[in-house]
Amino acid sequence: MTTREKILASIQANQPSILPLPEQFTFTTTYPDLTKQFSDSLTFVGGMPVVVPDYKAIETHLKEYYPNFTNIATTCPELAHMADVSLDITDPHDLAGVNLAIIEGPIAVAENAAIWVDEKQLPHRVLPMITQYLAIIIRQSTIVANMHDAYKKIKVDTTGFGTFISGPSKTADIEQSLVIGAHGARSLIVYMLP
Amino acid sequence: MNQPTLDHAHAAIEFNKNEPRVNWHDETLWFVRTKRDRAVAQIPEWEQLREAASQIKNHVLSNMHDLLVQFEENAKRNGITVHWAADGAEHNAIIHGLIQKAGATRMVKSKSMLTEECHLNDYLTKHGIEVIDSDLGERIVQMRKEPPSHIVMPAIHLTKADVGDTFHEHLGTEKGATDPQYLTEAARQHLRDTFLTRKVALTGVNFAIAETGGFVVCTNEGNADMGAHLADVHIAAMGFEKIIPRAEHLGVFLRLLARSATGQPITTFSSHFHKPRPGQEMHIVIVDNGRSRQLGRPDFRNSLKCIRCAACMNTCPVYRRSGGHSYHSAVAGPIGSILAPNLDMKQNADLPFASTLCGSCSNVCPVKIDIHDQLYKWRQVLMQEGYGPAAKTVSMKAMATVLESPRLYRMAGKVGRGVLRFAPVTVENRFNPWYNQREMPEPPAESFRDWYINNKKA
Ligand code: SF4
Repeated sequence: MTTREKILASIQANQPSILPLPEQFTFTTTYPDLTKQFSDSLTFVGGMPVVVPDYKAIETHLKEYYPNFTNIATTCPELAHMADVSLDITDPHDLAGVNLAIIEGPIAVAENAAIWVDEKQLPHRVLPMITQYLAIIIRQSTIVANMHDAYKKIKVDTTGFGTFISGPSKTADIEQSLVIGAHGARSLIVYMLP
Repeated sequence: MNQPTLDHAHAAIEFNKNEPRVNWHDETLWFVRTKRDRAVAQIPEWEQLREAASQIKNHVLSNMHDLLVQFEENAKRNGITVHWAADGAEHNAIIHGLIQKAGATRMVKSKSMLTEECHLNDYLTKHGIEVIDSDLGERIVQMRKEPPSHIVMPAIHLTKADVGDTFHEHLGTEKGATDPQYLTEAARQHLRDTFLTRKVALTGVNFAIAETGGFVVCTNEGNADMGAHLADVHIAAMGFEKIIPRAEHLGVFLRLLARSATGQPITTFSSHFHKPRPGQEMHIVIVDNGRSRQLGRPDFRNSLKCIRCAACMNTCPVYRRSGGHSYHSAVAGPIGSILAPNLDMKQNADLPFASTLCGSCSNVCPVKIDIHDQLYKWRQVLMQEGYGPAAKTVSMKAMATVLESPRLYRMAGKVGRGVLRFAPVTVENRFNPWYNQREMPEPPAESFRDWYINNKKA
């Protein structure tokens, strides 16, 4: 008997008789204003929400907020002219010098400010973590109320990797003091287009 | 690792010697508990969410075999190599083998309580493999050669001055520096270098999805992602109970997990791994290590529903005042005290007694584990099996004799009241564990029986 067979046999012998899956496991949340709720949640988790009319406004805001920044990478065609780092590489280690990454998020959750991104948005999985600063662009029309709604809209295995990002990387491991910027991005700005 | 060898009560006495620090530890954890309460109050359907989570997990326990087979099949189809380990030794050997196959001598690791349970770091270090823990709290305790004292906040027992001293010694930060921002930055630089140079990365698994053959890892720091996405080989270590049936069930668990743990609405990164990236190898090691035995114990199988949020520890009046290390087990606190006797009944016989049975743990548990009931049941099993703490066995026998005889009982009461009044030192001494950290009560002037007889007469 292999270890696999032994473990599975022992599980089969020891598991109780079958209990059904619950029918009621999704819940409806209603917020009067999804954009406002998303913004409030994002602020709470240390991110910065910015409502913008168009890509031009994103560019203006970024240039004001991060003046003189170089080593910018983006997957967003409308902002491609801002980038001076190419994502057309094969080794993710080459991204170690990226200062600012600007990516797009297809779905955002109002309840907890989580934004789903998968390999359709990420030519390199490590990009949103290895960059020093991160900006994500979402559309207000794609904000859903809660996680149940989000999972109804995404298929987690469409690509090989996907993640919900909620705010900048952070830690409270030193005496429970919140420090923004642990190993991942030191800040997160979320631009909300109409 | 300096695993304490004392039993819980004695280790707690050690911890209690520094009273201001105990108070600080207690308050820090209570602060986390209140953050949890505030987060929970935002969700009107919280109780229904707990019920849903509990029922999903009940189904999982009852269908474990088929779900694991389904997961394996789908994971393989995704290009993930699946390994099975019966115990800690097999788990360690499989991981060592994978590191050797990759031609590596160094590995970066993100938080996994399972690898703590299996003593992986010790094993690999003995075999010449350098392991660096990348979660900040874990890195701190690793430098200090201590085990984590909490499953979510591994360095919760340390002050910023302790961390400052540790980093001064190991990372060359300024002597006496205590600013968390400055110290975190030093760790960030040190670990960034580690992430960029390791060919093998190990992560834990928060949830494994049977339907899709993928798994989810939750962190706030992004360390699991930094390690896994930069390494040539990603190894994920998972206890088999981490399985859930479908991806949509994550909606329930991700809403519960971070709120219960730290009061956050969700962790910063909830990463779903399904396939290795091109050119990468992805392995998953499914571990039993006593879990199937626990599954066969009707009284204790519910402990396998645990999603490791640590809410039960943060709320526990005993944990908060005795510190994680006093539990001498990878998972401390109430849930750890249920899991540990399954791993080694003799070694961990003291732990189910480290509880007031107040029930606070069961009240906060997001998957509705009957924690305090299980602790109570373990006590009975342990006493029956002859593993009860020695002092308790002796005093219980004495008590049984006294309780069996009304005359002895009355005499004991009289003696007890006299002793407390005229010779308190016989009670208030270090041989009486009940007196430690407690004021003894004022003895009543007369027994209830005397009072009753006198008043009935009147
Ligand atoms: S037993 Fe419940 S409260 Fe304790 S860590 Fe597990 S899930 Fe959390």
